[in-house]
Amino acid sequence: MTPPSPGSWHWLDRAGLQLVVDALRRQGHRVIGPQVADGAIVLRDLASVTDLPTGWLDDQDGGSYRLRHDPTAGTFDHVVGPHSLKNFLFPARETVASFARDDGTWTQAPRSAAESPLAVLGVRGCDLAALAVQDRVFLGSGYVDEAYKARRERLFLVAVNCRRAAATCFCHSMGCGPSAGPVFDLALTEIGNRFACEVGSDHGAAVLAAASEAGAVLAACTASEIDAAGAVPRDLGSRMHARQTVNDTPSPRSLDTHGIRDLLMRNLEHPQWDEVASRCLSCTNCTLVCPTCFCSSVQEVADLSGDQVDRERHWASCFSLDHARMHGQSVRSSTASRYRQWLIHKFATWIDQFDTSGCTGCGRCITWCPVGIDVTREIAAIRATDGAAAPETGRGTS
Amino acid sequence: MNAKPRLAVFKFASCDGCQLQLLDAQDRLLELAGRVEIDHFLEASSRVVPGPYDMGLVEGSITTIEDEERIREVRRQCRFLVTIGACATAGGIQALRNWGRIDDFRAAIYATPETISTLATSTPIADHVPVDFELRGCPIDRGQLIDLLTAVLLGRKPHVPGHSVCVECKARGLVCVAVAKGIPCLGPVTQAGCGAICPAHDRECFGCFGPSESPNLVSLTGFYERRGTPRDSLMRLVRSFNAAAPAFRAESDRLEASE
Ligand code: SF4
Ligand code: SF4
Ligand code: SF4
Repeated sequence: MTPPSPGSWHWLDRAGLQLVVDALRRQGHRVIGPQVADGAIVLRDLASVTDLPTGWLDDQDGGSYRLRHDPTAGTFDHVVGPHSLKNFLFPARETVASFARDDGTWTQAPRSAAESPLAVLGVRGCDLAALAVQDRVFLGSGYVDEAYKARRERLFLVAVNCRRAAATCFCHSMGCGPSAGPVFDLALTEIGNRFACEVGSDHGAAVLAAASEAGAVLAACTASEIDAAGAVPRDLGSRMHARQTVNDTPSPRSLDTHGIRDLLMRNLEHPQWDEVASRCLSCTNCTLVCPTCFCSSVQEVADLSGDQVDRERHWASCFSLDHARMHGQSVRSSTASRYRQWLIHKFATWIDQFDTSGCTGCGRCITWCPVGIDVTREIAAIRATDGAAAPETGRGTS
Repeated sequence: MNAKPRLAVFKFASCDGCQLQLLDAQDRLLELAGRVEIDHFLEASSRVVPGPYDMGLVEGSITTIEDEERIREVRRQCRFLVTIGACATAGGIQALRNWGRIDDFRAAIYATPETISTLATSTPIADHVPVDFELRGCPIDRGQLIDLLTAVLLGRKPHVPGHSVCVECKARGLVCVAVAKGIPCLGPVTQAGCGAICPAHDRECFGCFGPSESPNLVSLTGFYERRGTPRDSLMRLVRSFNAAAPAFRAESDRLEASE
């Protein structure tokens, strides 16, 4: 057997995949993987590879998600569910500091003990791209988020190359999929009953070697087998570009991103903002499921005496009034201004701020919007009537 | 603060569930008792010290002529008046009477209807006297109540957000019952505070905390109706614990009128 090394490819069967999970756990990792629960494929602690959603497909559309059992479906033929890496690296609630007052003197409590490093199984191209976006936000500026950094540095990624897309996917339009990359420790391509496993890092090679020592059979892939595995996500990508159906799933969405930043910036008073506001609930779901949205708010939570204070950070959303409250009032009081803020940040000003789009085409905001509002359609509607001005431009910023 | 602030709890037409949230606070209640004088709380103690009070918590809605007078006296006695629960903030489930005929209810329920003196409507406290702060919920959330009391003691703003239940639902990592199961859920138009209890038990949000800060009911019910929920069911979903909250009332009336 050729020993695993970055760039090498090996066949892994289901038992071998379990040995990879076991090896990660022996190294102290908390292993997270996709599983069926509550009518969806969610990310949570993975006990065994038999808990992976083998034989399950997800039908997704605006405001709708349904699981369907299909005995011919593989282990990773579902796509992304309501959770993403964000739920683990940038959790919804976190105590960032604690303080106690004794005799008028404040002391900060030491940070609680380190968490186990995370290993996440089944991460798709769109979510690897989202990880890179969040890395820029939390690590790339002068202000490093220490808690994120600690989790990120020890994160082990088992990626998956997609071979099916849902109707809400448009990663191909955003250049973020369906191939997994650029960064991962191991990447799986499901072929028949086994996985062609590409090694992406030294850590990935070491984990595969440990699995092999524990009995995993790691036949090296031949050059033609590597080509065939590489073709799997590439073929899906071509079908997505051609907007063809995939495994009896309706054709995926797509988005024309040509000049998108300028398109949106010159249409700040387009009547479509008011039209979408008539449907938008300002419920915040789109921002909370988005794997790149990073807004948070911090509050001090004290006990009745005021002597014990926790500084808590929780997810925030540009759809809530508090997000833009200044001097006692919100500067984005209308839903139109909040929807516009979200969409324009994601697809236009994010580019100015971080030199990348804030969208990876994962489709979550479309599926999990309770009324099925679809960013790709909203942007297409603006493009179709580029330059239309609102009947009266009184909307301003609010 | 020199002397301990004096707290009073009053009850109008209600089920006592919101006051129970305070009693149930257990160790936090003991801590609270060390920081404030609880001078009027009939559900907990028959010891009553006359007002005025620094802070009054008012549970229940106004349904009788006596209540209308008593709430004015309560207001006079309390420097800071907080209403707690759906009854006090919106009229409660008993506001369903606002859509019926009070004489019919009286005749149907009581053996001697002529002995029952009541108003034709159930209305929130704020319709009768100025209110300083409203704590929503049916019942209120204990954590929000303790936070409010802490905020008053420490002189800061309470952490009571106006955003939707979906924020709490997603923070808990729950799978949306509306999207994944097609169950019509009021979470997107309901104010947070409960911690998304119902979606955590595979049920829709029933709107216990009343309308969120910018609710768009017409869009939500229209979407559910197109997905197959009968208009009548949607009307009854919106017309429940917070039936008389203005945004919910307008929507249930609209749904009923267009049935
Ligand atoms: S904007 Fe929507 S499609 Fe794009 S990354 Fe966020 S959730 Fe996914
Ligand atoms: S676009 Fe959809 S998910 Fe986002 S705030 Fe509006 S209604 Fe909610
Ligand atoms: S289950 Fe209800 S509260 Fe939770 S996200 Fe869905 S619509 Fe919102």
